[in-house]
Amino acid sequence: MDNLLSIITFTPAVAALIMALFLRGNDEATQRNAKWLALAATVATFIFSLFVLFGFDPENTGFQFVENYDWIMGLKYKVGVDGISVLFILLTTFLMPITIGACWTVESRVKDYMIAFLLLETLMIGVFIALDLVLFYLFFEAGLIPMFLIIGIWGGKDRIYASFKFFLYTFLGSVLMLVAMISMYVQAGTTDIETLLTFNFASDAFPILGWQLMGGAQTLMWLAFFASFAVKMPMWPVHTWLPDAHVQAPTAGSVLLAAVMLKMGGYGFLRFSLPMFPVASDLLAPLVLWMSVIAIVYTSLVAMVQNDMKKLIAYSSVAHMGYVTMGIFAVNQQGIDGAIFQMLSHGFISGALFLCVGVIYDRMHTREIDAYGGLVNRMPAYALVFLFFTMSNVGLPGTSGFIGEFLTIMGVFQVNPLIALIAATGVILSAAYALWLFRRVVWGELLKASLKTITDMDLRERVMFAPLVVMTLLLGIYPSLVTDIIGPSVSALISNYEAALPAVQSAAAAAVN
Amino acid sequence: METIILFAPLLGALITGFGWKLIGEKTGQILATALVMLAAVLSWVVFLSFDGETQQITVLRWIDSGSLGAEWGIRLDRMTAIMLIVVNSVSALVHLYSFGYMAHDENWTDDEPYRARFFAYLSFFTFAMLMLVTSDNLIQMFFGWEGVGVASYLLIGFYWKKQSASAAAIKAFVVNRVGDFGFLLGIALIYFLTDSVRFDDIFAAVPKLAETGFTFLGIEWTAANLIGVLLFIGAMGKSAQLFLHTWLPDAMEGPTPVSALIHAATMVTAGVFLVCRMSPLYEVAPEAKMMIVYIGGFTAFFAATVGLVQNDIKRVIAYSTCSQLGYMFVAAGVGLYPVAMFHLFTHAFFKAMLFLGAGSVIHATHHEQDMRWYGGLRKKIPVTFWAMMIGTLAITGVGIPLTYIGFAGFISKDAVIEGAYVGAPAIVFWLLVVGALMTSFYSWRLIFLTFFGENRAHLKPADDHHGHHAHGHDDHAHHHEPHESPMVMLIPLIVLAFGAVFAGMLWKEAFFGHAEHVLEWFHGAIAMTTMVEDHGAMVALMDAAHHVPTWVKLAPFVAMLTGLALAWVMYIRKPELPAKIAAEQNTLYQFLLNKWYFDELYNFLFVRPAMALGRFLWKRGDGNVIDGTINGIAMGIIPFFTRLAGRLQSGYVFHYAFAMVLGIVVLVTWMSLSGSH
Repeated sequence: MDNLLSIITFTPAVAALIMALFLRGNDEATQRNAKWLALAATVATFIFSLFVLFGFDPENTGFQFVENYDWIMGLKYKVGVDGISVLFILLTTFLMPITIGACWTVESRVKDYMIAFLLLETLMIGVFIALDLVLFYLFFEAGLIPMFLIIGIWGGKDRIYASFKFFLYTFLGSVLMLVAMISMYVQAGTTDIETLLTFNFASDAFPILGWQLMGGAQTLMWLAFFASFAVKMPMWPVHTWLPDAHVQAPTAGSVLLAAVMLKMGGYGFLRFSLPMFPVASDLLAPLVLWMSVIAIVYTSLVAMVQNDMKKLIAYSSVAHMGYVTMGIFAVNQQGIDGAIFQMLSHGFISGALFLCVGVIYDRMHTREIDAYGGLVNRMPAYALVFLFFTMSNVGLPGTSGFIGEFLTIMGVFQVNPLIALIAATGVILSAAYALWLFRRVVWGELLKASLKTITDMDLRERVMFAPLVVMTLLLGIYPSLVTDIIGPSVSALISNYEAALPAVQSAAAAAVN
Repeated sequence: METIILFAPLLGALITGFGWKLIGEKTGQILATALVMLAAVLSWVVFLSFDGETQQITVLRWIDSGSLGAEWGIRLDRMTAIMLIVVNSVSALVHLYSFGYMAHDENWTDDEPYRARFFAYLSFFTFAMLMLVTSDNLIQMFFGWEGVGVASYLLIGFYWKKQSASAAAIKAFVVNRVGDFGFLLGIALIYFLTDSVRFDDIFAAVPKLAETGFTFLGIEWTAANLIGVLLFIGAMGKSAQLFLHTWLPDAMEGPTPVSALIHAATMVTAGVFLVCRMSPLYEVAPEAKMMIVYIGGFTAFFAATVGLVQNDIKRVIAYSTCSQLGYMFVAAGVGLYPVAMFHLFTHAFFKAMLFLGAGSVIHATHHEQDMRWYGGLRKKIPVTFWAMMIGTLAITGVGIPLTYIGFAGFISKDAVIEGAYVGAPAIVFWLLVVGALMTSFYSWRLIFLTFFGENRAHLKPADDHHGHHAHGHDDHAHHHEPHESPMVMLIPLIVLAFGAVFAGMLWKEAFFGHAEHVLEWFHGAIAMTTMVEDHGAMVALMDAAHHVPTWVKLAPFVAMLTGLALAWVMYIRKPELPAKIAAEQNTLYQFLLNKWYFDELYNFLFVRPAMALGRFLWKRGDGNVIDGTINGIAMGIIPFFTRLAGRLQSGYVFHYAFAMVLGIVVLVTWMSLSGSH
C-alpha cells in the first residue's frame, strides 16, 4: 500500500477514463451504467481513503504516506498528508458518492457529467495531498475546469455569465499566486513544500515607491497567495462570484463547490501563508480579521433580504467562511482547530442545505422562496431534515456547526475581543435569516395550488441525507474525532509559527517581565 | 441513577418522535410520560437522600482543543438537586395533563400525528433542561441553554399553520440569541482569563478575577464585573428580563401545557439558575450585581403594569411570570441567591398550576382565551376554579403576617422583598412592593373576570372569532356549555396545589432560615453575601433580612390586600368602572395595552434598519461597487469570452478543457525549467 494516496487520487480519474473510452452512445442503458460506474468508483475511493484515516498517526506531525517520484521534465511528483490535510481528503471522498447521488436525476449528457465529477474529485484530492508547488498549482487550477464546465453546461439560465465570473475571479487570483510561487522557487531553489516549510523567506523591510514595505518579500508573496485564497474562500469583498455561481450551478455542483472547493482557500492559508510567511502573516493578520468579521456581518445582512434560496445559502456560506479565516489568523490552538473544524462541518452542512434546495428544485423547478410555503404539510420528512440542517447552520450546540463557530470565537477573543464581539453578532443574524427562510418555505398552510401534489423525499434522497445527518451529529457530540487528529499538527504549526517571529517573542518576553 | 434521570426523557423523545409509527401514537405518548415520571420519582429520591456533597460524573469527552476542554457530564450538588425535582416534577405533570389537553385539537386533522410530535418535543425539552441544570461546565450549560431554546422554538411554533405562531417562534429564538451572544462572550472571557470553562476551576480563580482589570469597548472593567454583565445578558434573554422580554408574551402561541412547563416553571428560570450557579463570581462583581438588581426590579414593575390591562388570559399570566422572574433576580442581585432559588422553586409550582388551570379554562370554553368573554365559570368548572384560587392565593402572597404560615408565594416573595429592603436601593424595594400590589390586582382581576359574575360568551362579536380556522365557523361551540376537564388534566392541578400550598412552609428553613443553616444545607453549591452591617454589628445579609422593621414585613401583605380590594371594586362591585377609567385615561391605557410599545420600537430601531441595510449592501455594495468595479476591468476581455461562450454548448467542450489543462502544464513546466538555471 505504498501508493495509497495516489490510488485514492486517481481511482476516479481512471473510472472517468474508462467511461470516456468504453461507454458509447447516449441511450438509457449507457446513462445508467455511467451513473453506477461513477457511484462505484466514488464509493471505492471513499473506502480506500478510510485506510489513510486508520493508518494515520496523529502524534506524528510530519507528512505521512509520502510518495516521491521524478516526473516529467525534472518535476517531482510528491504527495503526502499531515493532520491538517488528511481530513479534507476524507471530506471529499465522503461527499462524492452523495454528490453522485444528487446527479441521479440529470438527463442531458449524463456520461460527460459523470466524467466531469470524477475528474473533479481527482483534482480536489490532489490539492490536499500535493507536496510540490507545481503539483499543487496544477491541481488547484485544473480543478476550475470541470467546475467551470459543470456550471457552464448543466447550469441554469444565466450559466454562461456565472461560469465566466467564477472562472475569471478565481483564475485571476491564481495568476498572482503563480508569480509568487516562481519567486519562491527562485529564492529557495526548490519546489518541495516540505523543504519550503522550513525555509526562512526574507522578511527585511525594503522601500517601494518611497514607502518602507514592512515584511519585505514575505509581504509581497503573502499578498499574492492571499489574492488567490481570498477569492477561493471567498472573503469579502471578492465574494460576489459565489452567489452567482451557486445560483446557476446544478445541485451537485453547488454541493461540491460549497463543501469542498471553498475549503481549498482555507487549506491554502494553513499550508502556505501561515507557515511560510509568518512575519507577513503576523503583520497582516489584523487586516484579515477585520475582513472576516465584515464578511460575517455584511453577508449575513445580505442573506436576510434574499428571495432566492440558493443565494441565501451562498451568502450564509460566505459568512461561515468568515469564521474560518478569522480562526486561522487568530493563530492559536482554538482558532485554528476551530477553523479546520468549521471547514469540515460546513462541508457537511452547506452540502446538505444545497441538497435540500435541490430536493424541492427537482420537483418545482424554482428556487424562489415565495413560490413555496407550507411544505411540511406534505413533506414532513423533508421538513425535519431541513430543520436539522438549518439549526446546524445557525450553530446549535450538539451539532458540528457549533464547535467550529465556538472555537473560532474563543480563539479570536484571546487576540482581539472586539473582533470576537462583532463575530458573535453573527450568532444572532444567522438565526434570523436561516429561521426566516425555513419559515417561509416549510411552515404555514399549504396554499399554493402548484404545491398540492408535491411528494416527500424518496428513498434515494433519504439515503443521501442520512450520512450527512450522522456526521453532523457525531462531530457535534464527539468533536474529538476531529480535534485528536488535527490537534498535534496544529500545535506544531503554531509553535513553528511563533518560533519564526522574533518580534512576537520579544514582545511576549517583555510582557512577562 | 443520575444518568437515568438525565437520559430517560431523551429516550422517550427519540422513541416517541421517530418510532410512533411502529408503536402507535398512544403507546408513544404513554412511554414518553412514563419515562419522565420515572425521572421525576428518581429526582425526588435523589433530592431527599442527598447529603450535599458535590458529585461529578463524566459521561463522555466533548470538546478538546488545547487547554480548552469540556466533558459531557453531571454535576450533582444542592442546586442541581433542587432543579431536578422542579424540572422533572413539573414536566411529568405536564406530560400527564397533555393527554387530556391535546386529545382533540381543532387545528389538526385526525391523520396528522401531532400528539406524538408534541410529546416528543416535551420530552426533548426536558432532556435539554436537565443538561442545562446538571452541567459541570459552561459549555454543556450552553448546550442545554440552546437546546431548550430549540424546544421552545418548536413548541411555540407547534401550530405552524398559523402565521402568528411561526412568527412568535422565530422571535423567541432570535431574541434569545441576543442574550446568547452575551453568554458566549462571557464564556470566552472566562476562558481567556482562567484557562478553563469548568465550574470548579472558575470558582477557584474568583479571587484573581476580582482583581484583574480588562479593557473592553474602551471601558476599564474588573474582569469579574464584565463577566457578570455578559453572563447576565444571557440570563436576560432566557428569563425575559426588561429589554429582552418581548418574546415571552408572544410565546403564548404555543399550546398551554408548553406555557406551563417552559414559559413559567422551568426554561425561563434558567437565567436565575445561571446567576445563582455563578454566585461565587457574582459575589466579587458588585456592579454586575447592581445591574441585576435594577433590571430585575424594573422588570418586576414593568411587566406587572402591562399585566393589569391584558385581556388574553395567557398573556396576563405570561406578564406575571416575567414580573416574578424580576423578583428572583432582585434576590439574586442583592446576594441572597438561596432566596432567589426559593422563589424559583415555589413559583414553579404555583405558576405551572395557574397556567394549567388557564389551560383547563380554555379547554372548557372551546379555545376561548379572551377573558372578556368568560365570566361565571365557577360553578361550571369547580375543580379548575379551586385550583386557580389556590394558585392565586399563592402568587399574591396570602398568609398570616409576621409568621411563616402561608401559601408558598407568601413566604418566598416576602423573603425577596425583605431581602430587597436590606440589600437593594430603596427605589427597587418600592418597585417590588408596588409590583406586589399590581400582582394582586391582575391576579384577582383574572379570577373575577373568569369565574365570577355573569357569563359573557354571548357578548362576543361574531366576527371577532378567536382564530377562524380552516374548518370554518362552529358557532355552536361558543354556546356550548363549559365543561370540566377530564381527570388526567385535573390530577396534575391537584398535585401542584399541594406544592403551591406547602412548598413555602416546608422548605422555608432550608432556603431562608439562619444564614449558617442555609449555607450548610447548600454545602458550597451556592455563595451568599455574608457580612453586612446591621445596627452597628456585622451579620449575615440573610439574618439582617430576618430583622427588618415590622412595616417592611407588613408592606407586601398590605399591598396584596389593596390590590385585592381594588380588583373587587372594579370587577365585582362596579363592573362598569374599568371601561370608564380606560376611556378617561386612554393614553395610559393604550400605552399599557400595547406593552409600552416595545415591539414597535424594536421594529423601528433594529428590524427595519437591518433589512434596509441588507438590501443596501446587496444592491449597492455587491451590485454597484464590487461587481461594478470588477466588470469594468473585465470589459476589455469580455468580447473574447463571449465568442468562446457561444461554442460552449457545442461538442468541443472537452477539447477546450484539455487544451486548458495542457496549457497550464506547459506554462508551469516552462517556468520551472527556466528558473532552474
